[in-house]
Amino acid sequence: MTNVTSMLLAALQPGDKPKIPDSPNFWTPTEASTFAKDTDWLFQFITWTSAVVMVGVVAAMVLFCVKYRATDRSKNEKATSDVDHDNTLEITWSVIPLFFVVAFFVFGFRGFVDLRTPPKDTYDIHATAQKWKWLFQYPSGYVSDTLHVPKDRPVKVIIESQDVIHSFYVPAFRQKMDAVPGRYSYAWFQAIELGEFPLFCAEYCGTSHSDMITKVVVQEQGDFDKWLAEAAKKEEEEALKNPAAYGETLYNRNGCATCHSTDGSVKVGPSFKGIWGKTENFADGTSAQVDENYIRESVEDPQAKIVKGFPASMPTFKGKLSNNQIRAIIEFIKNQK
Amino acid sequence: MASTTTTPDAFGNAHPTADESYLTNERGLRSWILTLDHKRIGVMYLIGVLCSFALGGFFALMVRTELFTPGKTIIEADTYNQMFTLHGAVMVFLVIIPGIPAALGNFVLPIQLGAKDVAFPRLNLFSFHLWTIGALFLVLSMYISAADTGWTFYTPYSTTTTTAVIPATFGAFILGFSSIFTGLNMIVTIHKLRPPGMTWFRMPLFCWAIYATAIMQVLATPVLGITLLMLIVERAFHIGIFDPALGGDPVLYQHFFWFYSHPAVYIMIVPAFGVISEVIAAFSRKKIFGYKFIALSSVAIAILGFLVWGHHMFVSGQSVLAGTIFSAITFLIAIPTAIKIFNWLATMYKGRIFLDTPMLYALAFLWVFTIGGVTGMYLSVMSTDVHLHDTYFVVAHFHYVMMGGAITAFFAGLHYWWPKLSGRMYDEKMGRISTVIVFLGLNLTFFPQFIMGSHGMPRRYYNYLEEFTIYHQLSTVGAYMMGLGFLLTAINFFRSLRKKPDAPKNPWGARTLEWETTSPPPYYNYHTPPVVDFGPYDYDDLVFDKKVGGYVHKSELKA
Repeated sequence: MTNVTSMLLAALQPGDKPKIPDSPNFWTPTEASTFAKDTDWLFQFITWTSAVVMVGVVAAMVLFCVKYRATDRSKNEKATSDVDHDNTLEITWSVIPLFFVVAFFVFGFRGFVDLRTPPKDTYDIHATAQKWKWLFQYPSGYVSDTLHVPKDRPVKVIIESQDVIHSFYVPAFRQKMDAVPGRYSYAWFQAIELGEFPLFCAEYCGTSHSDMITKVVVQEQGDFDKWLAEAAKKEEEEALKNPAAYGETLYNRNGCATCHSTDGSVKVGPSFKGIWGKTENFADGTSAQVDENYIRESVEDPQAKIVKGFPASMPTFKGKLSNNQIRAIIEFIKNQK
Repeated sequence: MASTTTTPDAFGNAHPTADESYLTNERGLRSWILTLDHKRIGVMYLIGVLCSFALGGFFALMVRTELFTPGKTIIEADTYNQMFTLHGAVMVFLVIIPGIPAALGNFVLPIQLGAKDVAFPRLNLFSFHLWTIGALFLVLSMYISAADTGWTFYTPYSTTTTTAVIPATFGAFILGFSSIFTGLNMIVTIHKLRPPGMTWFRMPLFCWAIYATAIMQVLATPVLGITLLMLIVERAFHIGIFDPALGGDPVLYQHFFWFYSHPAVYIMIVPAFGVISEVIAAFSRKKIFGYKFIALSSVAIAILGFLVWGHHMFVSGQSVLAGTIFSAITFLIAIPTAIKIFNWLATMYKGRIFLDTPMLYALAFLWVFTIGGVTGMYLSVMSTDVHLHDTYFVVAHFHYVMMGGAITAFFAGLHYWWPKLSGRMYDEKMGRISTVIVFLGLNLTFFPQFIMGSHGMPRRYYNYLEEFTIYHQLSTVGAYMMGLGFLLTAINFFRSLRKKPDAPKNPWGARTLEWETTSPPPYYNYHTPPVVDFGPYDYDDLVFDKKVGGYVHKSELKA
């Protein structure tokens, strides 16, 4: 991300502290994803088992202290039992807890496999963690610093970090995953409740770790689509006041930079340096001058004209970039002298 | 030699003369710093540990005070981050790890075993001096710019922060060697210096606990040493080991770190089990129930403890298969732990229970450690751990285990052995009052943290969402309450040093060997090696003698 992008995004969406929705549960937050019920059920199961154990231990302890209390050492009272071992008892109190912990383990394992196994048809959002901010990029390329997701649809968040380890944590979804620099990780969920929920950074990352908080906004699919389209449109309108800078953002965000350099070096495709106004020779023997129409065609139908000596490997961006965005990219390419 | 000796006792010890007591047989600073006496080394460790405890407690109070309100209360975010790092590092490396094994263990174990000293007295002194140097490095790092990484030093944060990580980790590296040498000494002492008749299964359970601990110290600590060294090398010379920017792997660091630090959790808690076994038996006046199960469950925990480190990493990107194996083995540890609690309760059944301060601490231990233990299950269940990992639930869990388990047991042991150590009785009433205050404060501090944790409050947060305020405030009040309890404890110990009465040989009527010698013990422990023909919990031969204010053998009473 360039500085321009970060500044732009910060200006677009000032993030305020999210509110935690009221929860009907004493121990856990509101159950806003499909995982929450399973996880909470197991949480309750362990809690009640623990409570029984705890009450038993404390009751026995208090009872023994009251019943067998001695106060005067000079009376030299003796213990009224000299039994110092009982193998049946030892085996009993080893085996009964074993059944419980095996049950906990099995349920926990099943829940964990669910948490780690996204279905095939997920809606994918890329999350980038950096000191001390989250950025979420939607399939259309739009980037926001709050996470919007459609309700009742499996969402897979692909997580990466720009600097140190962070952790993606949405308590209401009972889902968490570390963001580790140098690799991708993922977390998936299916939201079942509309509303806003806090999203925390859970792995300590320095000075403003505790301000690396944003929110997840769960919307109906229709509202989500509308939000995404409008947000992207609004961003464009703002950005078109400086199209070349916006073009650079899009150039970085859409992965153009991977194949097209701006310094003249040859990568997978032709460099953008000095390309504006140049006459290109194509593989089929024809040639054309690089102008607005040529760039537009190359973005929307890249296989139409292949510059001689380069592979025909560019994917189409038709439908992924709006007219305004293509114009911004044209302005950006114009500037690469 | 003074001439006021009475008849020597069964072990050839004449009753206290000024030049036989280990505290007074030599005088001057030099006689302490260069001493080879395990008791004096134990006392020096104890002073160091208690000073560090006060320091770590101060950092804890700073953290809790800051968290009284969301946003800034008294200190800035960076200072706060340094405070919780120092609190963790000091409490773990300077207090809990050496607390029972090195301070109480050094003092008690050789006498309890019937030995004149540990196997390698010079190594023992060296390990104390290393501890001092390591502690100085930690303090030094505070003067430069205290580390802000958390006591876990996770990479790549720790290799990129501008604070003084190298002195702090180097301090921990040196402290590691101190711990290894203590462990080595304990293993050899227990194997080679047992007197005639002291068979493995006649050893007091404290010795078994220290033995299991020592095995872990010797096997696990070198891994911490090399890990911290690699971290220093990466920071200083930019050799890529853990930092992905240099081609390293940050998750590798977590594996290395927890390979030590999970066994380290048991290095901290297993000695506590030993103390609690001694105290519960002695104050219930009854043979301990299930001796072999308690002894061997410590060893089982020591072995299993090496195979569970991955349960700290369920959300680090570790594979599902690895997570599953780590989770399953973690549950196995619940069993030997549960066995101990049930055996201690069975020991109390039909005993004659005296509720003196050490016993009150032991009962507090049973209460809080059970909570600490059962809450561990939420964290070893993988699906609930995904939710609870890195929240205050984890903070509450390990404070219930470390503070409620290890520290509570340390204070149980300190009160229990104080008469032996210092030759003085502390004030019993004040001891009981401070125990109750500590117990209430502890629960008030850490129980609300479970609730906010399960509601999603992440740990190591300087600022927090307003909804969590009430839990943080309860917690802060509890912390000050605990502080008050420990302050009273400190006053009680200081006052006991200045006034009589002198402690009797055996105030509690315990049967382990340290109570057969004078309080404080003579320099040489025993004139002749004791012959052990009784179990460590056979209380039948002891009767309370009002004149002495302590227990004597039946034969001595008649004479």
